[in-house]
Amino acid sequence: MSKSKSYLQIDNLWKAFGDFVALQDVSLDVFEGEFVCFLGPSGCGKTTLLRAIAGLDLQSRGSVIQDGVDVSELPPAQRDFGIVFQSYALFPNLTIRKNIAFGLENAGRDRASINNRVEELLQLVGLPEQGDKYPAQLSGGQQQRIALARAIATSPGLLLLDEPLSALDAKVRVRLRHEIKALQRELGVTTIMVTHDQEEALAMADRIVVINEGRIEQVGTPTEIYQNPQTLFVADFIGEMNQFEATIDDQRQLQIGSSRFSCRSHEFTSGAQVIAAIRPDNIVPQPLDYKAAGEVNCHRVVLKDMEFLGSFWRCRLHNENFKVNHLIADFSANAVRRLNLQPDQSMMVQLPEDTMIIYARDEARV
Amino acid sequence: MNPAAKGKLSLPAGRDIKAVVSRDDHMMRWWMALIGVYLIVTLAMPLYAMLSKSVSTYRFDLQQFEFQVSDEAGDFTSPPVLASSLNQTLGAVSAQALNTSADGRLAATEFFPDFSFRSPVNYRIRGTSEQAAYLVGSSLTTGTEWTEIDSNTFRRVQLRPVASTGLGNFSTYFSTPALMGSIRNSLYIAVISTLITVTLAFGFAYALSRSCVRYKSTFRLIAMIPILVPSLLPGIALIYLFGNQGMLKELMFGGTIYGPTGIVLGSVFFTFPHAFLIISTALSISDARYYEAAVSLRSSPWRTFRVVTLPGARYGIISAAFVVFNLVITDFGLPKVIGGQFNVLAVDIYKQVIGQQNFEMGAVVSVVLIIPAILAFTIDRIVQRKQVALLSARAVPYQPSPDKKADSIWLVYCAMVSVFIVGLIAVCQYAALVKFWPYNLTLSLNNYQFDQMDGGGWASYFNSIKLGLLTAVVGTCIVFFGAYLVEKSNGFNTGRGLFQMVAMLPMAIPGMVLGLAYIFFFNSPANPLNVIYGTMTILVVCTVTHFYTVSHLTAVTALKQMDREFEAVAASLKQSALKVFTRVTIPVCLPAILDISIYLFVNAMTTVSAVVFLYSPKTTLASIAVLNMDDAGDIAPAAAMGMMIFYTNAGARILHLFASRKILKRTQAWRQR
Repeated sequence: MSKSKSYLQIDNLWKAFGDFVALQDVSLDVFEGEFVCFLGPSGCGKTTLLRAIAGLDLQSRGSVIQDGVDVSELPPAQRDFGIVFQSYALFPNLTIRKNIAFGLENAGRDRASINNRVEELLQLVGLPEQGDKYPAQLSGGQQQRIALARAIATSPGLLLLDEPLSALDAKVRVRLRHEIKALQRELGVTTIMVTHDQEEALAMADRIVVINEGRIEQVGTPTEIYQNPQTLFVADFIGEMNQFEATIDDQRQLQIGSSRFSCRSHEFTSGAQVIAAIRPDNIVPQPLDYKAAGEVNCHRVVLKDMEFLGSFWRCRLHNENFKVNHLIADFSANAVRRLNLQPDQSMMVQLPEDTMIIYARDEARV
Repeated sequence: MNPAAKGKLSLPAGRDIKAVVSRDDHMMRWWMALIGVYLIVTLAMPLYAMLSKSVSTYRFDLQQFEFQVSDEAGDFTSPPVLASSLNQTLGAVSAQALNTSADGRLAATEFFPDFSFRSPVNYRIRGTSEQAAYLVGSSLTTGTEWTEIDSNTFRRVQLRPVASTGLGNFSTYFSTPALMGSIRNSLYIAVISTLITVTLAFGFAYALSRSCVRYKSTFRLIAMIPILVPSLLPGIALIYLFGNQGMLKELMFGGTIYGPTGIVLGSVFFTFPHAFLIISTALSISDARYYEAAVSLRSSPWRTFRVVTLPGARYGIISAAFVVFNLVITDFGLPKVIGGQFNVLAVDIYKQVIGQQNFEMGAVVSVVLIIPAILAFTIDRIVQRKQVALLSARAVPYQPSPDKKADSIWLVYCAMVSVFIVGLIAVCQYAALVKFWPYNLTLSLNNYQFDQMDGGGWASYFNSIKLGLLTAVVGTCIVFFGAYLVEKSNGFNTGRGLFQMVAMLPMAIPGMVLGLAYIFFFNSPANPLNVIYGTMTILVVCTVTHFYTVSHLTAVTALKQMDREFEAVAASLKQSALKVFTRVTIPVCLPAILDISIYLFVNAMTTVSAVVFLYSPKTTLASIAVLNMDDAGDIAPAAAMGMMIFYTNAGARILHLFASRKILKRTQAWRQR
């Protein structure tokens, strides 16, 4: 993704509803043609931010600059965007064709060119036969695509998607995920999508903006967000994360209970109270007699129980030293078969040092 | 983030971002302000005029007038004397009688017991202050200059009272036992009618929703009949049945139908559909799963009824009770027709205003009547809100299973209630067709020759239809557009909240009170709007305002079901809000719009209370004609006119049904999957 040109600039945005501050000092640049996801738990302010960008609910402080124009105080009709809502908001009494044509019916545009554009859009979203039906006669996924066609009909510079997939069932959701992404690439339209579904964000976004309690926690590509969560919140919100209370020892290594772990370089001084975190899928299973030379961070655990989740097993491991009840580890079906893992059996696990992330302890646990 | 820091956050200093108001928003605010002004002019200001009238007192201030009497030669030798000192020595006018109304006049001759208009004595009169006013003949004189007049003219001198503000009218009211008694009477009949109606309606609704009784749709239809007739029609039917020459007079066992018995029976009739509708809605939302649980726990039917059915419907029952209470206590037509000597508040207003021309006292009774009405209304609103909360829960509808014994008991019960309702209507129709009850029982259409009776003749009937149609058209436009603006406009929250409040107000204001308030406000010569006084316009305006609330709520409910984001989508597509309104909102809400218009039409046809003060000889109405013909003793023609209203409303309903079916078929094709 070329990051040459910033299309949308959000500067020090605040939003208050009475005493409640929904957005705190949010600043963000969105680049031209980029697909950005606002990700966070419900009530975190992601939709508020989207609505501020659209001008539907104005921010209390701060500015929004779109394509070089300060649109901070403009009503929605004077901004340049298309929007798809969670409810789709298709006009129930108009046919699909008329729904899509709704935004095209402006002075100076003749019938024929409107019709052509509508047909083109119906083709684009893959529903060329459905033009004369009413929204209620279409499935949820089809309605979603019509809403998308209507939003892009006028070729807006910015496409806003407010939880567009959350009303759909799981299978349709996954399929549409790809379709929307492909369409967005094809059109090259700068897109912002709000979602609370981390999987959706990871799969679709060029960059993810993780929001919590009205603040941006982290902005990054899906891999950055997943592999290097900068805050404990991000670590916990995206994917699973094991957390240990730990201390930094003299050699700047981790002390968890009575066990010692080596870790990647960090900025904490010795004696600092920290939280060490590792994702379940980063834990490597090893046979009980695994004692290769030079291997660090290997510990003996008891495999408490195992849960089959299709492509992998979720295992709960126990080690008295770790000061946590269980260590969660995801082992591939392959590894389980190879090591012949059974519940209540002892085994070795390795916590690779480059996958251990360290956070300051004073950050409130989420 | 540290949770402790939550809530302490505040915005950085700086200017609040102020939206550039779009053209659409400007338009919408402008329109909303317009409809707001309409409501203020047609509701708030008349009510204010009435309130201020109720605290306006008028009193003859005798210290303001001075007289001087000449000798027979015409020379004024005796000293001038104050009217107050004359009265002190003579005791001609009691202190009580000095309190009067705005139109009060006191003859000057009262203070001269030996006055004779043939005497050669001359009189002088003057005020002691500039405010003093008196009439010589019909010309008003004020000021402190002496006016000299001969004795023949002096008998035509009338003192005028001075106005002041105070609670004098209220203390007069509360010290007049005849008036005070009406409060007790009104409460008495309202409470009794409420108890009976709610019990009957609950049984009826219960039978229709919880048993497998036959003919459900017929029963449902019959229960709605009373809505189609003016509330005084059951009174007429009851007089024919149990009145002095009634068909079933013996059943009264020497008692009389004129009075509380008749009022309560009639009230049960005309409030029944309202209670039935509310309670059946409450019963229909009860969750079948509770009944399954009760059965599986081996609960007895009676216990299930007490523990599951009643609590589930309790808000509906309470709400129905307050609605019925409100309807009965504010109703005017029925007690007017059948109340006899039993005075109630609503009739007192009428008597004070029409009978005694005592507008101030009418205003006082109105204020007294508003209090229970507003109280009942407020409680009802609170309860309704809770009911709505219950409604939104996802429930499994209850499917009754047949029970031969219970079903036949319910059938008998429903049949009895239906006989009561249909019976009263049938009696009216019979009464309208009989030549001269009870002496000549041949059937004829003589009683339909309204032009030969008081009450305005057939013209009243056509006026009513005109009023109904105008109210339906104008009212639906104002109400729906107003509701749309409140629901769908952006920002301007204070204005919207205020609008909502004012829109709820009409339901709490009894019709009599509204009508009287209109007299005070629109009949005032100082009001530029008084040109509409006595025209069809004021009747339409008054009726629209009177029935505003229910229509507004219907519109709001329909609009709330529309996606909140339609306007946002349109804005993002650079389309005007007006386009969404005409192309989406109106077509989608068409069923609700039709419901509002038929509601307004039917009520405009049947209403008596508000318009009774406002009609003029050119704008007599059918419902008023029923009242006036009954008053004049032409009870059979009154019944005939009442039945005309019934058939018109029934016809309108059927027409509405067909029309909405047809329109829905055409415009709502999208509803079919």
